[in-house]
Amino acid sequence: MNVRLTKLLLGLAAPLLALGLAFLITSLVLALAGDPVGAVWSQLLQWPQPRNQINILNNAMVLFLSGLAVSIGFRMNLFNIGVDGQYRVAVFVAAVVAGEAWLPGYANTALAIVCAMLAGALWAGIAGVLKATRGVSEVIATIMLNFIATSLVAYLLAKAAVREEGSNVIGTKVIPESSWIPGIQVWSDVATELYGFIVITVLAGVGYWFVLNKTRFGFELRATGQSATAAVASGVSAKRMTIATMMLSGAVAGLVGLPILFGDSHSYGSTFQSGLGFAGIAIALLGRNHPVGIALGALLFAFLDEQSNPLQILVGVSPDIVAITQGVIVLTVVVSYELVRRYGARLEQRRVAAELAAGVTVAADGDRRDPDPDPSAPSAPDGSRGPGDGDVDLSKETTR
Amino acid sequence: MTTHPQEAPAESGPLAVRLRGIGKRFPGVIANDDINIDVRRGTIHALVGENGAGKSTLMKILYGVQPPDSGTIEVDGRTMRLSSPADAIQAGIGMVFQHFMLADNLTVLENVVLGAEKMHGIGGAARAKIREISDAYGLGIDPDRRVEDLGVGARQRVEILKVLYRGARTIILDEPTAVLVPQEVEELFDNLRELKREGLAVIFISHKLDEVLSVADDITVIRRGTTVATVEPASVTSRQLAELMVGSELPTPQTEASTVTDHVLLEVRELRLPDPAGGRELLSDVSFRIHRGEVLGIAGVEGNGQSELVEAIMGMRPGMTGRILLDGEPIGRLSTRARREAGIGYIPEDRHRHGLLLDAPLWENRVLGHQTRRPSARGGLIDARAARADTRRIVENYDVRTPGIEVHARALSGGNQQKLIVGREMSGDPVLLIASHPTRGVDVGAQGAIWDHIKTARRAGLAVLLISADLDELIGLSDRIEVILRGRLVGEFDPGAVTPEQLGSAMTGAGQDSAGKETDA
Repeated sequence: MNVRLTKLLLGLAAPLLALGLAFLITSLVLALAGDPVGAVWSQLLQWPQPRNQINILNNAMVLFLSGLAVSIGFRMNLFNIGVDGQYRVAVFVAAVVAGEAWLPGYANTALAIVCAMLAGALWAGIAGVLKATRGVSEVIATIMLNFIATSLVAYLLAKAAVREEGSNVIGTKVIPESSWIPGIQVWSDVATELYGFIVITVLAGVGYWFVLNKTRFGFELRATGQSATAAVASGVSAKRMTIATMMLSGAVAGLVGLPILFGDSHSYGSTFQSGLGFAGIAIALLGRNHPVGIALGALLFAFLDEQSNPLQILVGVSPDIVAITQGVIVLTVVVSYELVRRYGARLEQRRVAAELAAGVTVAADGDRRDPDPDPSAPSAPDGSRGPGDGDVDLSKETTR
Repeated sequence: MTTHPQEAPAESGPLAVRLRGIGKRFPGVIANDDINIDVRRGTIHALVGENGAGKSTLMKILYGVQPPDSGTIEVDGRTMRLSSPADAIQAGIGMVFQHFMLADNLTVLENVVLGAEKMHGIGGAARAKIREISDAYGLGIDPDRRVEDLGVGARQRVEILKVLYRGARTIILDEPTAVLVPQEVEELFDNLRELKREGLAVIFISHKLDEVLSVADDITVIRRGTTVATVEPASVTSRQLAELMVGSELPTPQTEASTVTDHVLLEVRELRLPDPAGGRELLSDVSFRIHRGEVLGIAGVEGNGQSELVEAIMGMRPGMTGRILLDGEPIGRLSTRARREAGIGYIPEDRHRHGLLLDAPLWENRVLGHQTRRPSARGGLIDARAARADTRRIVENYDVRTPGIEVHARALSGGNQQKLIVGREMSGDPVLLIASHPTRGVDVGAQGAIWDHIKTARRAGLAVLLISADLDELIGLSDRIEVILRGRLVGEFDPGAVTPEQLGSAMTGAGQDSAGKETDA
């Protein structure tokens, strides 16, 4: 079979397998609880209304950035659980900076975004430095930093906050309207607008792909993730790489809350959306650390969240069922990717063995280890399901 | 020469294992195809073949790790279906792996009973049983010693004892001599002869043909997944045997005329490396020089500081003191990357841990270690097109057998992985090559090719630091040999005058007085 096609099919097989399994397990839970399985799915899986579509995209944007941040760590085998804390610190810093409005208009916005990324990078950098210098597990460090971030931001908010009249809600100063990022009107008859931050989000995705796949830094990051020992032997400084990766992950985490800040809430307050960092872990896993995959994963999660809202009213089932589905997806994704990866590796080894057995190599012939003309030496085993005729493969090799 | 393929040699004693027509489309490098082997009880049966010839696959089949696609396995005359190692153990087949599977911080007794607690318990009965086995086969094992206090040879005997304890009557030994010095090899062979005298069958897998000829009763040669001949050691020479293995004439590591210049390329002065755990220094007072066009061989029993020496020179060991000068320039404080950029090529001893990204395509592996230099990189960007082109060049010039450069490194056989590494490290015109066990686990054909590349580069003025456990390789390639023992250089030898036995003595510290500095012969 065509190699590229095989790879593509394998790549699609894993998420489909995972989703199918998650679908089954959720149905089982519903059935056991005595809830109407069919009704729940028909509500969840119906095509969303225009207003809901925008909500899904907006929500997905936030989840995408969160997944991107986590996956930067994953590419180097670093488990950044601290995206939640990092985005909190960052969005608070951005809200304060933008609210103070030291610069006019969009310069103010740009400054706030840079400050948010810096804040996220520094907060994550703490865990990076601890790991590089003292060997503290980044998992433990980032979890602890999440708690500290929550408390720290709450404490600072109380100092920096302005209380709204007649309300218990406190928040930072509202950002001047000239520094808001305007929404995009998608449907003329729908009031809900798409966050303008989508431009930066797309740039972040493209930047992620470019840095990881095209630059030396990205190569070293991936190499360290695949084999830290081999990377060190190749001249990568593991310590510096750990700190740099954590900081980069934190910088992207710093973007997570910004679509909401600049597009919707315009201030940071006690009601600001929380828990976005943890969803990112699931989405990074689901998206296989690939920007397109992460985008699809974010869309799926946002879709399920949005569609589950009216579940209680229309079907009488708690929307929490969607959280179960999402959780199960993460588990099945991990399992199915591993299964498919092993199957793919076996397939490749078999293909390589078969092509070599057929005497097809890129190497020039005429050396002392030519395919043996001696009849006693076995050539390609009869009836092997290898790629068959050697000439065919040679041509494939040359056209590549 | 005459070979009498397939048929079992002169009948004597019943068959312990009889394999007929074993075939396996194994998801690996080479499939097994029509393997026929008869192992007689009370004999040592050697299995030789190049790496990737299918020996490991066959042994996995016999040990129940993989089921065969075709063919039959008979153990003691009964046809068996072995679908797990537990089945194999049940059938009386035991396996001693090349890499010991022992817990260092447990005693021999604890290691032996681990997983076999039901047989004789974990206390006195087990201890008595171990003593009994040890005495019966002359293994000389004390059940209450801790494994970490044992030498390599003794650990291997513990592995054999583990297998015997579980009732094995047929024992498979996978490259058992790879980790031993010549003296230890002799001891092992005495143990094996003891085993066969007691009526056990031993299947002995090896690369080292002289050893095979000295210990085996029957030798089966495997080439390209099939058994090409079964011979008796008396009727063949090791050269004929090797030619059977390769199917063509074979190379030798003979150095030609010396190309040593008086230009010092690498100078190491008073290198010391403290043990982070606070024990004896890992390297103490190591000083040597390598000239342009010179190969310096380091001989030593594994674990005497070779890895540390290499990693210290590569800048991968913090805490090192002393001076390292490359072409007169001090490099002791530079990072690993800067040292590589200064022209050091590095063939690591463990290619999977230090040399390759197994799940990355070949061309990305070409970039590894060269990610700051052309053709792999331009500025801060990876130049994939140039890296791919250069990978094709390496694949062609170094005869890396692969269907393409996009396959993952994991899919290649060990020898081909190693050729890729050698090709990569030779790129970019290195001035110094550090080669740790460059042909370990590599088949004869690839071994010859790698030797040729080292020799060619040496003629062109490359300085080489060669670390190897293969004494023939050391003697054949080196211009000078230093022996390392417990982190010290303890003797210098002229490879033209030294024998493997003399080196072996120096390596174990036994012959320190007699071998001395500078052999005179």
